[in-house]
Amino acid sequence: MNTNSDVLLDIKDLHVSFFTPAGEVKAVTSVTYTMEHGEVLGIVGESGSGKSVSAYSLMGIIADPGKIVGGSINFNGHEVEKMTEKEFRKMRGSEISIIFQDPMTSLNPVYTIGNQLTEMLRLHTDKTKKECEERAIELLGLVGMNEPEKRMKQYPHEFSGGMRQRVMIAMALACEPKLLIADEPTTALDVTIQAQILELMVALKKKINMSIIIITHDLGVVSDVCDRIAVMYAGKIVEIGKTDDIFYNPKHQYTVGLLKSIPKINEDTHERLIPIEGTPVDLLNLPAGCPFASRCDKCMKICLREMPPYTEVSEGHVSACWLIQKEEFEKTQGGKHDA
Amino acid sequence: MTKYVCKRIGYALLTIFLISVITFTLMNLIPGGPFMSEKAVTPATQAALEAKYGLDVSKPQQYVNYMSGLLQGDLGLSLKQKGRTANDIIFSTFPTSAKLGGISILLAIVAGTALGSLAARLRGKWGDQLIMVVSTLGIAVPSFVVASTLMRIFGVELKWLPTMGLSTPMHYILPVFTLAFYPMAYITRLMRSSMLDALNQDYIRTARAKGVSKFSMLFKHALRNAIIPVITYAGPLLAYTVSGSFVVEKIFNIPGLGREFINCITGRDYPMVMSTTIFLATLLVLMNVVVDILYKVVDPRIKLK
Repeated sequence: MNTNSDVLLDIKDLHVSFFTPAGEVKAVTSVTYTMEHGEVLGIVGESGSGKSVSAYSLMGIIADPGKIVGGSINFNGHEVEKMTEKEFRKMRGSEISIIFQDPMTSLNPVYTIGNQLTEMLRLHTDKTKKECEERAIELLGLVGMNEPEKRMKQYPHEFSGGMRQRVMIAMALACEPKLLIADEPTTALDVTIQAQILELMVALKKKINMSIIIITHDLGVVSDVCDRIAVMYAGKIVEIGKTDDIFYNPKHQYTVGLLKSIPKINEDTHERLIPIEGTPVDLLNLPAGCPFASRCDKCMKICLREMPPYTEVSEGHVSACWLIQKEEFEKTQGGKHDA
Repeated sequence: MTKYVCKRIGYALLTIFLISVITFTLMNLIPGGPFMSEKAVTPATQAALEAKYGLDVSKPQQYVNYMSGLLQGDLGLSLKQKGRTANDIIFSTFPTSAKLGGISILLAIVAGTALGSLAARLRGKWGDQLIMVVSTLGIAVPSFVVASTLMRIFGVELKWLPTMGLSTPMHYILPVFTLAFYPMAYITRLMRSSMLDALNQDYIRTARAKGVSKFSMLFKHALRNAIIPVITYAGPLLAYTVSGSFVVEKIFNIPGLGREFINCITGRDYPMVMSTTIFLATLLVLMNVVVDILYKVVDPRIKLK
């Protein structure tokens, strides 16, 4: 585990559950990762894999009846899992910000853009009303809005989806946070706008040296901008590593499946996409073994019985799959034969 | 905006005209007349009275006469209260009813909005349940029961509050509460459900992620989005309440317009029936225009066409 001072976020063995009338839904189980200052981490997974919940828990905004039930989160010197609502309120927006998936509904329809932007500054800075407004105009310019003075007096319904997402970004970055969580920031946008928004986020990241967590189900989105990628399945990180490791040397069968289901436009073949068969596991009754076992082509007996341990394949590339153990074992066995 | 207001006023005048026609027709269909009493009136006296009050001409002519008077601001003579004009009666009783009703509605809106928001915030907890029980009572218990219970407790037993008339501010407490109870309960329930809806919206999650306080989240971010149904309800309600409540005015012995309204119908006081109805209709139509304009003020997405 990385313990130098560059570490911004250190999550250890995080468990988050939703206590529903039907029982405890284990949305996040045993999630562990660290992030450094200025790093971009992509969290990839399908719906319900716990990618959003794991990020929301950093800000204390898990929807009821969700709760952190175990583990520790150290963010920028805060012990997040022990923080009170009041401490969270101070941290949200100033040290850690979030951009949500749907820009069409994430802005309050009855207040002007200027009002909503300056609110962030009024909450977390000592600036006067006039200074807040100047800064808000500056921020709108920064995210590429033309005529920012005019925009301040407009309402969200007068903006397009891409423009609203720019406003969300401006709002999130208003107080120069250390960490930006982007929860499917481009899913609701046109493909052409998607690239612009991603580029904008990365460009602004460099300016204020913040880290970004990009949550997405679209591997294509994260491939260009992320330094590292964590693949989540059924509330667990099944594989984490540098972007290149994940793309070119995937070790977990779920990651392999995800990569196979990306359409390739550069190849001139009419190859069919290969979907991952089956449906995700029920988080109310997690299986004893690997959660992916029931959908895995290479499932072995042990996969159904026991959760595979995390194995470091190469530096920083960790995966939880019994196949890795099997390979290692065969390697050593093979070696013995030769001897 | 100006075009919109002009259009609305045009429609309002049409509405009021139709109401006057319908009222006039219905009123004349009720059996009996203003000069019927236990004491037999000679045909000659009857004819003389009808001639004095202009009831000797044909019905359509009576309507035309009344309406031409109305256009000149003359609402006619009361047939029952000798020597008083309808203008005099309405404008001497309306301020009393309006003051009482205005205070009540203000209380109902402020308390109802606050209680409804609070109930939504405390959803499922005992505070929410308590508020819901009280608001159900407010809707279910009729005002004469509320009034007599309050009079009994605070007037007769505890002797804290006066029960008759409106001579001092203390006199207002019981009638205001009686009048406000039902609308307050109704607004509380409206507010609770629309607030619950608003609190589930994405922009509330955004506000939370910004570090907004709970108070500001509820009363700045959610309230303005949730208040539209309350405005819809409160507009016509205000018109009804300021024009007086027969029950409350009767019980608390308040000389208001509500009492006159009922009395003139039972007494077949034709000009008074027409005048009070048209007065109430005008208030209602006016309030509806105000409500529409308020929508636009509260929610910028609403376009007035």
